[in-house]
Amino acid sequence: MTVKLGVPSKGRLMEKTFDWFGRRGIGLRRTGSEREYAASVEGIDGLDLVLLSAGEIPRELSAGRIHLGVTGNDLVQEKLANWEQQARVLTGLGFGEANLIIAVPNAWVDVNTLEDLDAVSRAFRAVHGHRLRIATKYHRLVREFLRDQGVADYQLVDSQGATEGTVKNETAEAVADITSTGETLRANHLKILDDGLILRSQATLFKSRTAPLAGDERETMTALIDRLEIDREPL
Amino acid sequence: MVTRAEILAEAARLRAQFEARGAQPVETPVLQPAETLLDLYGEDIRGRAYVTSDALRGEQMLRPDFTVPVVQMHMESGAEPARYTYAGEVFRRQEADADRANEYLQVGFEVFDRENPADADAEIFSAIAEAFDGLDLRRATGDIGILTAAVAGLRTSEARKCALARHIWHPRRFRALMDRFSGRAPVPSSRRALLEAEDPFAHAGPMIGLRSRTEIEDRIAALRADASEPPLSAQEIDLIEALLATRETLPFALEHLRDLAVDLPSISRAVETMEIRMEALARRGISLETLDFEASYGRTSMEYYDGFVFGFLAPLRPDLPPVATGGRYDALTRRLGNGQEIPAVGGVIRPGLKLELEAEA
Repeated sequence: MTVKLGVPSKGRLMEKTFDWFGRRGIGLRRTGSEREYAASVEGIDGLDLVLLSAGEIPRELSAGRIHLGVTGNDLVQEKLANWEQQARVLTGLGFGEANLIIAVPNAWVDVNTLEDLDAVSRAFRAVHGHRLRIATKYHRLVREFLRDQGVADYQLVDSQGATEGTVKNETAEAVADITSTGETLRANHLKILDDGLILRSQATLFKSRTAPLAGDERETMTALIDRLEIDREPL
Repeated sequence: MVTRAEILAEAARLRAQFEARGAQPVETPVLQPAETLLDLYGEDIRGRAYVTSDALRGEQMLRPDFTVPVVQMHMESGAEPARYTYAGEVFRRQEADADRANEYLQVGFEVFDRENPADADAEIFSAIAEAFDGLDLRRATGDIGILTAAVAGLRTSEARKCALARHIWHPRRFRALMDRFSGRAPVPSSRRALLEAEDPFAHAGPMIGLRSRTEIEDRIAALRADASEPPLSAQEIDLIEALLATRETLPFALEHLRDLAVDLPSISRAVETMEIRMEALARRGISLETLDFEASYGRTSMEYYDGFVFGFLAPLRPDLPPVATGGRYDALTRRLGNGQEIPAVGGVIRPGLKLELEAEA
């Protein structure tokens, strides 16, 4: 049987992952037509490449259907409860770096900290009759962060894309989103709270703790980890 | 292993015990409108309750407890005074601990009575205590009303007192606010810059979103007013901390709180209320020496309780949640009462945990 490696199926994340493995002598390639999700591996035996949406990789790791997976640690932590029990970080890949942050309108000159956000949430609710809306797709991470910080009277509204535009469109008052350079935030007249960093994320190689390894799969895994020069823990 | 049939039988037995004490049995729907619960508890409830939805009724929650629907039912149609009991499943979403049940039976007893709140507290507590005859449980009590009174009596602005009162149930934010108002935490540089700026809006850019410039100006005015407010005195901070740290058996706690009340007279009435409750408990045969009192009890998990609070815990099983909990929730009846209110107190037992402990004992 083979060791299964899940990699994002498109875009820069896929290309950079291929480059990262390529520099370590493992050639990952998409094969077939542009629309076909088929793949090949060179430079190591017994490894299968599985192309998946980055957002599905946490679930596949957790279910043990793939042994290894590349995705952002933001997605693993958002989607898996007790993620450490289900997957182990082998190494950060040094790209896809982004922070999950809370941002508010730049015009809110009186709001720079979570303490301000909390105070303003209370006043906002009294004036507008509904709780201050924070647009995000990272519901669990944001809710746990704000609960730990003791921020009240807000509500999360779901936004799966163009989140930075929700404030101008008046469907949210603030956003909690991934940013790398902050340019999109600035272009949409938003600013990051001084203590609004929820999570630092980067593309990360995870190993499933639930996928069983049979005899020759174990050898493949050992060979792969040697090749990738990752510090070894008992597998 | 305790079977479901045994748990159901135990639940029925406990409910019958509460009925024998004059409680009327009630049922509530399993699906509750999410909006009511979200209004009360905020977004945090989503981490604790299962949310579902349909296109007609929108978001619904699987009943995370009975208190809210029972209060709603009473406020709509209840006669006074009223005693209710119920038994049924509650559902709690678990995101961290796979060993905690996400669905379990609860049996409850609630009293709505204006005449004698102290005796109603004691009535609920002794009814729950009676159910655990023969089990060696730690019985912890607290009183959110004492902390509320202490906050209301601080020598500081109404705005600061409101901010603290709002966060009694969020100990970390409460502490951060105490540090801010006492000057122990430095003013963030961004706030200092804002207050010193000649034109605070110089770099504001375009106004976007629902929150208006007027609202922002109002907040700046409030921050200016707060900046000129003198810090909370070290003495008051020490007293609040001594209050929060109170952890004794009930009679010693009463002595300690009376001592504190000499310097913190705002809690005197709340301490008197506690004393009257103790007398009521003693009249119902509860031995006060065996009750713990923790001033911070109920601050992290029981947002609607605003007076007497209690929990029954298995001393040898710290991994288990309390086998019974309860408390007074007068403010909840006000919030759900459309202009009416009534003093109310209640408690719930988890029959499944009770049987588990009895099997071990």
